[in-house]
Amino acid sequence: MRDDIIEIRWHGRGGQGAITAAKIVANAAFHSGYSGVVMAPTFGTERRGAPVLTSLKFARTKIYDLSPITEPDMVIVLDHLLVEEVDVAAGLKPGGLVIINSPKPPESFNFPGMRVATADVTSIAGHAGLPTGIVNTGIIGAFGKASGLIDIDTLTKEIEVEFAGKHPEKNAAAARVTYENTRVLETGK
Amino acid sequence: MHIIESGNVAAALGVKLAGVQVIAAYPITPQTPLTEKLSELVDSGDMKAEYIPVESEHSALSVCIAASSAGSRTFTATSANGLLYMNEQLHWAAGARLPIVMCVVNRGVGAPWTVWNDHQDAISQRDTGWIQLYACDHQQIIDTVLKAFCLAETVSSPVMVCYDGYILSHTYMPFEIPHEDAVQQFLPPFTPEYKLDPKFPANLNTVTLPDPRPDVRGELAPGYMEIRHNLHMDMRRSLDVIADIETKFTDVFGRGGTPFIEPYRCEDADYVAVCLGSLSYHLRDVIDMLREEGVAIGVAGLRVYRPFPDQAIRDAFSHKKGLIVFEKALSYGYEGPLYADIKAALYAVSDRPTVRNYILGLGGREIKTTQLAAALRESCQVSAGSTDVPEFIGLKM
Repeated sequence: MRDDIIEIRWHGRGGQGAITAAKIVANAAFHSGYSGVVMAPTFGTERRGAPVLTSLKFARTKIYDLSPITEPDMVIVLDHLLVEEVDVAAGLKPGGLVIINSPKPPESFNFPGMRVATADVTSIAGHAGLPTGIVNTGIIGAFGKASGLIDIDTLTKEIEVEFAGKHPEKNAAAARVTYENTRVLETGK
Repeated sequence: MHIIESGNVAAALGVKLAGVQVIAAYPITPQTPLTEKLSELVDSGDMKAEYIPVESEHSALSVCIAASSAGSRTFTATSANGLLYMNEQLHWAAGARLPIVMCVVNRGVGAPWTVWNDHQDAISQRDTGWIQLYACDHQQIIDTVLKAFCLAETVSSPVMVCYDGYILSHTYMPFEIPHEDAVQQFLPPFTPEYKLDPKFPANLNTVTLPDPRPDVRGELAPGYMEIRHNLHMDMRRSLDVIADIETKFTDVFGRGGTPFIEPYRCEDADYVAVCLGSLSYHLRDVIDMLREEGVAIGVAGLRVYRPFPDQAIRDAFSHKKGLIVFEKALSYGYEGPLYADIKAALYAVSDRPTVRNYILGLGGREIKTTQLAAALRESCQVSAGSTDVPEFIGLKM
């Protein structure tokens, strides 16, 4: 199968905005030269607050396989409590990246052989002036820092486009401050 | 301009660009975001159209039939049981020769209840007299909506634009929004040959006797059977119109060019996988994988299901060793409907290819690349016809 596709699985809770976050990164990827972009939410019978999944794939050429990601290069977790409910690292490629919104340092998570990154997005977003629990823009900063795939200016620009008229500057600030405060553990224990 | 949006939004933007004047629709998953987007566009004034909310799909199509009879460019959309609830009016719209365009966001049919994708909804409406076009990605959705209006108004027949529920409707990918000036060049405003006008009252499609008889002007009017024959012959002739519109579209927009069959690595292939919708794109990756293993195989996506492009199928596949037809629909008690149609199209070919039939993805059952590869490998190795028809992929019995 194609090995040039970057595959990112997003774990959030219904209503948390994981799809919007993935869409923002999709746009940023497209404007960074990845002409193949596919963002596919997984639909079940989920409710607000229940664990939900979104797949994001991007590559330099068009992507034809729209099926859900089974072996992601990285997973992004919008709520660290999900780690106890869901096997967020399922299928993660060896040496893959786990990005978690958590007040705890990356060393406190157990993902052997994986890179682990954490940032306290909930707290940072609150300080940026966003209502409590809005973390879907801040987490994009953690993605930018830990993955190094897309530069933070492109990411914050797409955040401002998506949130035009809905506090674009506060959402962009949440991502920037998170970017500065993301800690990466190169190989998890 | 490129944007990244869902397939439903791609469809809605196509409807907006087409300058649709009347929309009547009833929400149903996975079509709902399409009609929501259209109602937003009308409400905000971005789209100058009448949006008529109704209490059911039957009423939605009834409103479209009335609006189209009065000479308006008319659109609706639905899925699954909503489409089935329209059934009577589907026949009516086609018989009345109204150029309505409808997006069918393909979903499995209940009972038992499902909201996920397969093609049983549209395929089961095969013989209603509607033209059925299938899209494989968001670019094809928005482009096909424009082509559909051009086609419907040229041949005076309603057109379904079918695309996979969730797989396309709720997936986000980049696509180019056609430029308004180019759209105006491609699709001029609708000028119906005949329309209802209060100044000239008329009865349309009243009881028609078995035999022709003189009309109110004393001219011999066709009977029911002649009207049916005309509908059929016009549907057959619409194949040529579909080809012409594709050429025109390619001239204006620089995209497209495959009106009936969209081939991938078929030229030197001994075997070809055939299917409708987004699966034909998914199969491209599998074909690449098998090509690396040395298997001479390609994939062809069928863009038109009715009228059936039988000549195009003979031209493309008569000399192949084998065809493998993948279907997300079943004619219960027989086999896959597309498989039956393809076999019939090849019947008169003396050295015709073997044809196999796989049923998959019913009610949203995940289609795994590994399963597709295994089915294709087997189909290319077994020389004679297959054992069971149809075979099922991913069945957990």
